[in-house]
Amino acid sequence: MSGVLKLALKLLLGDRGKFVTLVIGITFAVFLMMLMTSMFFGIIEHSAANIINVGAKMWVMDPDVQTPQNSIPMPDYVLDVVRSIPGVDYAVPLYVGAGLVRLDDGTYQAATVIGLDDATLFGRPELLAGKALDIYRNNAFFVVRDANYAKLRSPKIGTTFEINDHRGIIAGIAHVSIGSLFGLPTLYTTYSRATQDLPSTRYVMSFILLQPKSPAAIPGIKRAVAKLGYLALTDSEFTTRNNRFYEFQTAMGTNILIMTLISFIVGLSIAGETFYMFVLDNLERFGALKAIGARRSELVAMIFYQSLVVSFLGFGFGVLLASALVAFGKLRIPNYAAIITYQNLFMALVMVLVISGVSAYIGIRRILRIDPFVVFRS
Amino acid sequence: MILSVDGVSKWFGEGAARTNALREVTFRVDHNEMLYIVGPSGSGKTTLLSVISGILRPNAGTVLVEGKDIWRLSDDALADFRLHTLGFVFQDYHLFPRLTTLENIAVPLILRHVPWNDGLEKARRVLQVVGLEQKGQLPPQRLSGGEQQRVAIARAIVAEPDLLVLDEPTASLDGDTGKRIVAFVRNEILNERRAIIVVTHDDRIYEYASRIIHMEDGRIVDLPGPAA
Ligand SMILES: Nc1ncnc2c1ncn2[C@@H]1O[C@H](COP(=O)(O)OP(=O)(O)OP(=O)(O)O)[C@@H](O)[C@H]1O
Ligand SMILES: [Mg+2]
Repeated sequence: MSGVLKLALKLLLGDRGKFVTLVIGITFAVFLMMLMTSMFFGIIEHSAANIINVGAKMWVMDPDVQTPQNSIPMPDYVLDVVRSIPGVDYAVPLYVGAGLVRLDDGTYQAATVIGLDDATLFGRPELLAGKALDIYRNNAFFVVRDANYAKLRSPKIGTTFEINDHRGIIAGIAHVSIGSLFGLPTLYTTYSRATQDLPSTRYVMSFILLQPKSPAAIPGIKRAVAKLGYLALTDSEFTTRNNRFYEFQTAMGTNILIMTLISFIVGLSIAGETFYMFVLDNLERFGALKAIGARRSELVAMIFYQSLVVSFLGFGFGVLLASALVAFGKLRIPNYAAIITYQNLFMALVMVLVISGVSAYIGIRRILRIDPFVVFRS
Repeated sequence: MILSVDGVSKWFGEGAARTNALREVTFRVDHNEMLYIVGPSGSGKTTLLSVISGILRPNAGTVLVEGKDIWRLSDDALADFRLHTLGFVFQDYHLFPRLTTLENIAVPLILRHVPWNDGLEKARRVLQVVGLEQKGQLPPQRLSGGEQQRVAIARAIVAEPDLLVLDEPTASLDGDTGKRIVAFVRNEILNERRAIIVVTHDDRIYEYASRIIHMEDGRIVDLPGPAA
């Protein structure tokens, strides 16, 4: 390390109070930003759970549909037409809806019901207990064992219940990679049983899942589906559409965005303010360095170095703290939707660098204007 | 001739509030000379040293050091001049409280990119010269005023500058220490490549002066000085 930077570090560490305040300020800002963004990403990921769990390459839906939870039923002929589009390998219907479950003890619990194509069971979940073919048994349902499983009184295979006044029996326990955001237990059954037992609208088909023959066929399929007046999206496009919806068309996304911004501003002001105080307090020292013969570029390097050191320390502590809290939250609250991804780590890092850059810039402007003669006389 | 000051004026403020700190000051300093500047408080001594040292830009006049007009140098070249040619003991020391005494002394070497440990080694030798070898690891604020002054002198001479400028170097030293240090500076630092300028009130050290000039109200005045 260059001696000049070592000097900068000693000046910084020597001012223990300011140093600690700086690191704590940035830690706090990073902590808040990480928490906010990880909640945000967590919520987004969980809201797209069905798209990911079902795992189809393409989805066909009404153009007004934004998320996999809120479908607008389509008439059956659409399925036939979609199947005849060149480039479509196969296409199957999917039902997504809600059912009201009446438990044996007489209490009610709403549940998400997913109806899988009878012939293929395309999109079926991985089973922890029971056999896939058991879904064809009378009134059979698979229940997903996620955070909301207990809301159905943790049913076992063979447990009976009523759903929309029809009999149901648990035939399998399923596992999905991402739990639902909405706090409802999820039941899988066949498409035909789901559409017979549950809904009351004229049309019942929520989505068509389809597999293109090749990626090259996708644009053609989209055009053909669009001609029908419907929308075909790849799974990633649908996920993006879903995320956009939660980010910008629900209060949730916007609020979290605002909170993230606020934590950024709070962090920026704490760090900027403290750093400026640090610079003011050390004006005489920087003036002396200037008088002894430090170049402007060296003073600039010193300030940047000091602000980078506190920023990276604050970043480290903030990430640590946020990770600890998220881990603790997940331990205690099964539905706690927060994930720390490279994305939000990167976002926080960028924000910290901005904070550090701005603080340094304010300090540098002051330092470069120092006139040692004036500093020494005051 | 190492230094030539020509018609240097410096004023602070404008209009009625204007203070003329220096009025057309002209003088020369030769190599191997130890020049004393004496005069009453407020006569412009510190201002003059600051102008000579490239710390305070004059309103008029030129300052040539080794033939170079220092106030026409770029910012970086002026910084290099202060670092490589000049050693300055400030009237109130301006030591770094976050650094140890040794590190304080090594600062000019560190700015010259001397490796950290070599700088400290050199600083240790100079600290011995000023008689503070026991205090190297202490922060300067733990030293007495006189000891701090000696540290400031050590910092100014550690890089062996060609032009050493001392503002009241013995103000807080007892007579013996003051004499010893000035004698050291005169005997060990001064040679035919160098010169020393000392601002002082302290007649106990006049005997070391090569020449004494008097300042009054921003001007150099001719007084028959008690030159040695
Ligand atoms: N930054 C400044 N602003 C306004 N006036 C100043 C400034 N610096 C110095 N002066 C004035 O210039 C004059 C000379 O000041 P200077 O510090 O050079 O005197 P000095 O001879 O060093 O005095 P002392 O022996 O007390 O140190 C004084 O009248 C002082 O008030
Ligand atoms: Mg003075």
